[in-house]
Amino acid sequence: MADVLLSARGLTKTFGGLAAVNGVSIDLWRDRIHAVIGPNGAGKSTLANLLSGDLPPTAGTITLGTHDITRASPEQISRRGLGRSYQKTNIFPSFTVWENVRLAAQSRATLPWNPLRWLRRAARDAAVNERAEAALELAGLAGRRHAVAGAASHGEQRQLEIAMTLATDPRVLLLDEPLAGMGAAEAERMVALLLRLKPRHAMMLVEHDIDAIFALADHLTVMVNGAVIASGEPAAIRADAAVQAAYLGENA
Amino acid sequence: MSAPATHLEALPRSLQALLALGLIALALFPLVGSDFHQQMVTRMMILAIFAMSLDLLQGVTGLVSLGHAAFFGIAGYALAFLTPADAPASLWWTLPAALLASGAAALVIGFLVVRTKGIYFIMATMAFAQMVFYLFFDNRALGGSDGLYINFRPDAGLFDLEDKRVFYYFTLACLAGVYAFLRRVLWSPFGRALAGIRVNEHRMRAIGFGSFGHKLAAFTLAGTLAGLAGYLWGAQTGFVNPELMGFHMSAHAIMMVILGGMGNFAGAIVGAFAFEFMLELFKDLPAFGGFDAGKHWQLWMGLFIVAVICFAPRGLLGLLQRLASRPGLREGRDG
Amino acid sequence: MDLANVLIQLLNSVQYGLLLFMLAAGLTLIFGIMGVVNLAHGSFYMLGAYLAYALSSRLGSFAWAIVVGTALSVVFGLALERLLFRRFYQRDHLDQVLLTFGLIYVFEEGRSLLWGDDVHGVAIPPLLDGSLPLTDTLSYPVYRLFMMGVCVALAVGLYLLIGRTRLGMKIRAGAFNREMAESLGVNIRLIHAVVFAIGVALATLAGMIAAPVSSVYPNMGAPVLIMCFVVVVIGGIGSVRGALIAALLVGLVDTFGKVLLPQVAGMLVYVLMAAVLLWKPEGLFKS
Repeated sequence: MADVLLSARGLTKTFGGLAAVNGVSIDLWRDRIHAVIGPNGAGKSTLANLLSGDLPPTAGTITLGTHDITRASPEQISRRGLGRSYQKTNIFPSFTVWENVRLAAQSRATLPWNPLRWLRRAARDAAVNERAEAALELAGLAGRRHAVAGAASHGEQRQLEIAMTLATDPRVLLLDEPLAGMGAAEAERMVALLLRLKPRHAMMLVEHDIDAIFALADHLTVMVNGAVIASGEPAAIRADAAVQAAYLGENA
Repeated sequence: MSAPATHLEALPRSLQALLALGLIALALFPLVGSDFHQQMVTRMMILAIFAMSLDLLQGVTGLVSLGHAAFFGIAGYALAFLTPADAPASLWWTLPAALLASGAAALVIGFLVVRTKGIYFIMATMAFAQMVFYLFFDNRALGGSDGLYINFRPDAGLFDLEDKRVFYYFTLACLAGVYAFLRRVLWSPFGRALAGIRVNEHRMRAIGFGSFGHKLAAFTLAGTLAGLAGYLWGAQTGFVNPELMGFHMSAHAIMMVILGGMGNFAGAIVGAFAFEFMLELFKDLPAFGGFDAGKHWQLWMGLFIVAVICFAPRGLLGLLQRLASRPGLREGRDG
Repeated sequence: MDLANVLIQLLNSVQYGLLLFMLAAGLTLIFGIMGVVNLAHGSFYMLGAYLAYALSSRLGSFAWAIVVGTALSVVFGLALERLLFRRFYQRDHLDQVLLTFGLIYVFEEGRSLLWGDDVHGVAIPPLLDGSLPLTDTLSYPVYRLFMMGVCVALAVGLYLLIGRTRLGMKIRAGAFNREMAESLGVNIRLIHAVVFAIGVALATLAGMIAAPVSSVYPNMGAPVLIMCFVVVVIGGIGSVRGALIAALLVGLVDTFGKVLLPQVAGMLVYVLMAAVLLWKPEGLFKS
């Protein structure tokens, strides 16, 4: 059995009286892609927000490796080795593609109160540049490094999302709809990239694209109305009557 | 606060040349200018340092502080307290002491306000600066509303600051030094992180930057540099009063930074000089047939401010940029 | 301090707090609904005081001065919104800060040109010029009770308007989700204009009724503006309920502070604000 890199138990998030996520448990293993699917409003993005520290859970625990990150801040969670990409492109639009990735790579090296950090030239840090270069290459954006991120195409911005996440050198990846809005060719490239990333990471994928899901996922969790209704191998999930009724039945 | 569009960070060659010319002009000015004008330019240079310190906070990090003058005033008062009535005090320990006072105040106030966001931050900085204002205004022991006199300029030993020309060059040296320092900070890892926080704080946290620590460091550094300006102001004028920490002083600083163009420190210098120039211009307006235009300088100043905000929101450098209309002046340097 | 004195200071606290509430309510509404920070809010207070002075001399009646003054302030608010503020709803807070700071200058000078720089008094109308006995030795000015009454009436009116009328519903809908409200047929532009005018009118009215008590002098809006900001920060931006509670709190701390600890009185309110910020950086109540 592969290593469990992230484990969540009984995660619940309520807003007022409404439970957006209700008693969800999920495991992420190295060299496995764990896809989370469900209709709109199922709570998938809320779940991602809980895991990345963007929202504090009302109940439940989250463990990253050996660390309890249930109440940790987003920056603490990122430093512990979790990288997240966002459904709505969340980049630095006025910076170049290169600077976006370089800044993400720099996060591993920065302490604000060290005065030496006030006088060195950021662009000359070899270690940071190396990390950024590697992430840029992996995401396939090496040729677009000088483009202003806000002016790049939608597909390139989605690639940049991934590149920034990779530049922080995570062990666990939370990818929120990486294929959103992509054309066929771009989506193919993205799928290939995700498969390349698989061996060294534990990955959670929130997606709507059913074909991509079944091409990528080793494990599938189906959420409806904030709760998990099924979790297991993709073939088994496909055949599950409850899932078909609630979700796939509309599309399959 | 929504992030503004592209800031001018990397200065185009033409602008760099202009700045170099400006430095030369400032260096040569005492040889041609009158005593009165020399004093005026000294004051403008001090305000330029003040404006640059605010630009670090506002232009680079995106934090709008309506209370930055508090740290300006505190350093001035520090010099007042440390200078005896009958003899000068040494520059070499009063200056660090004043900077320490401003920096410590910025650290404490920063710790309380940096945790707030957006409009709360603006209001909280204003309120705390008012608190500092009332602290000095209400207490006779601290000088009260009358303020305090500084009877001697600091004793520098090697050079005589009582000589107005020497003081001018000392101030010029400080101006150039602060500019060079801040330009380095801008391109340092710290400066890049601050710019990232301005553009997208949420993502900065998600990739692992502690935004609170960075913002607090920026706030403290900015406050310390404002203290340098305040110290020089006290030394030059020989007088400090609570107005130096007041709301109007803070708002003037914001105006200077906006007027010149934010985020590159050159704009702050340009803005400070331009703002003071406009102020003198309005105050010196003659009377037109019974209507004393100069007395109502606040009206012209107010209309001017409204006009700048409506028609030139990127400031003078922004206007120059548009006129030269060079494409692709983008943020972030490569490699 | 004996019981009667405590009672008087308590009444003073409430009166001051309620006046602050009138100002803070306008500020927090305008910010909560349109996202505009307005540093010139204190200037409306000053204009109200000067209007009370100018109009009551003109019209010979304080009551008519208030009526006409309020009407004028509504018109002024609508014009200001239409000509200037409307363009700034989507702008940076920084731009708004500067715009309204420039306006402070313009309003101060406008006032100087219209009414000069002298300090003036406004006479308390004879009907309200008396004292209500509280004990054998102490009594409380009727006018201050009148002021509290006006503030309470307006607070209730505001609550009813926002909570119970169709207009209020539209205001809340517009604040919550602008596009949705528009697609449902709500005229957002009109709503914004109305809210802005209400804010201006509240501030002006506050200045008018405060004039007999605080007298009328240049730059009188500045300290009031600061207090207003403190109230809004403590109460929570966009929350009218928060503004009320925070205003009363500030009134209490400030009034009793001045009486019990005069040396630090000026700072107590800020200490309160610092404490609230440490505990709740977004204020006591969310909108």
